[in-house]
Amino acid sequence: MPAHEKPPLASMALIGAVATTLSLGLAWAGGLIGPHRISGGDVATALEDNGGRYPGYRRAHAKGLCFSGSFAANGEGTALSTAAAFRPGSYPVTGRFSLGGGNPLASDGRNVFHSMALVLRTPDGQEWRMAMDHTPIFPVADVPAFVGLQKASTPDPKTGKPDPALMKPFLAAHPEVTAFQSYMAKAVLPDSFANATYYSINAFRFTDAAGTTRFVRWQFEPEAPLTGLDKAKLADLPRDALFKEMIARTAKGPSRWHLKLVVANPGDVTDKATVAWTGPHRSVEAGMLTLTAVQPEEQGACRDLNFDPTILPRGISPSDDPLLGARSKTYSSSFNRRAGEGAHPSAIGQDIAKETAR
Amino acid sequence: MSRHPKDFHPLLRLLHWLMALMVLAMMFIGVGMVSTAGPLYPALLAWHRPVGIAILVLVLIRLPLRLVTGAPPLPADLPPPQKLVAKASHVLLYASMVAMPLIGWAMLSAGGYPVVVGGLVLPPILPHDLAIYALLRWAHTVIALLFFALVLAHLSAALMHGLIRRDGVLRSMTSGHRR
Repeated sequence: MPAHEKPPLASMALIGAVATTLSLGLAWAGGLIGPHRISGGDVATALEDNGGRYPGYRRAHAKGLCFSGSFAANGEGTALSTAAAFRPGSYPVTGRFSLGGGNPLASDGRNVFHSMALVLRTPDGQEWRMAMDHTPIFPVADVPAFVGLQKASTPDPKTGKPDPALMKPFLAAHPEVTAFQSYMAKAVLPDSFANATYYSINAFRFTDAAGTTRFVRWQFEPEAPLTGLDKAKLADLPRDALFKEMIARTAKGPSRWHLKLVVANPGDVTDKATVAWTGPHRSVEAGMLTLTAVQPEEQGACRDLNFDPTILPRGISPSDDPLLGARSKTYSSSFNRRAGEGAHPSAIGQDIAKETAR
Repeated sequence: MSRHPKDFHPLLRLLHWLMALMVLAMMFIGVGMVSTAGPLYPALLAWHRPVGIAILVLVLIRLPLRLVTGAPPLPADLPPPQKLVAKASHVLLYASMVAMPLIGWAMLSAGGYPVVVGGLVLPPILPHDLAIYALLRWAHTVIALLFFALVLAHLSAALMHGLIRRDGVLRSMTSGHRR
């Protein structure tokens, strides 16, 4: 094209249209335009708004303690999955006990999730990450309901309690939350991290050597007999009671849990963590978890890990439960936030340091 | 292989268009993935990593090939500043294609994540360090957006050559010139 001629308008318009379309497309893919979607950051923010903002800590289950140990597989699990962790042998485990809630300085005297997270590593370099709670069910089935619950249960600054004007309509729309609340009110609240059963919460797909796929929920059942806290006297519990009990207990000897793999019956709900599986189920005992040492988070290996329950070895994959992807994304957003804020000393570590200095 | 001096090597052309699709797809997958906690998230994540590593493998084939086979000369009537911008933008495009997957891999390593691609566990390329993770996570986003802007500029310039200047530059990467 000679320099004195004007560029053809149609061509200019076409080039502009291509660039604009791609840009708008990217903005749409990124959720900047178009229908609103809930991001992991939205969930992390809802948690911060509910429980307070504590930079450097996990947005949920902020109060924790690291542990280490091993998982001894007896080989039975290979009937359900080709995962290397089920082959007979002993595999190192890094874990974390925690209490529900976003406040790393909260008291242990609360009727909330007692949780155990694990990373199980096998020699082939694969990892099985788990984030489990002491209840077999979860209060909500999906991410909109989770965010809704955080918003509805945010304490009113005036009363320190959730605003009934928000909570009542939320509960009316979510009977599963009411069901969970009545379960929590009745269920035993373990008086130690060591005597609780920890549940996978969601169902997962296990694939065996023949390629057969089954839905499985698993649980770690403690050797220590379950005893409960007096729920009427939770407020009297010293702040770090559960954590100190676990530290003292471990100084005397290891704690153990049996891993049970529970196979879904036809008709079992596999995509909603709010629904328990009841009645007889095929169950496979796959091995034993032995916890041999605990460490405050600043000394342990658990603080800077994301216990994303969708990080799974070959032979195990996520089910179609939408909560799993939501957990994965939310944990990731929380991990990114605290990584950017810089790691902070753990509340329990600080308390122990203060007492030792005395 | 004989080719017209005004054209890129045929294998380079093939790699270019294949990677153009992959890079654009990665950008859409990437921004889609970080913007949702919905059911699409695991699927997008499952695509993002293997495609990223595939881009790294392909660019490591493409870059030496490009250095050996060279590029056809730019039109003689193109002003020197435009020539400079054209060359610099290509250096940046190649740098981005190499850097983005490496930063992603390094970022996951620093975050303590296992880097699993297509069932294969890749070794970590950085130690587990939360501060390094945070820096790389930020860099991965910022460079991705700059890369997208660069791709738009590259595409617009290519169309300008093809539709307005009609100087054979676009054809050197598409159908080629008749011998």
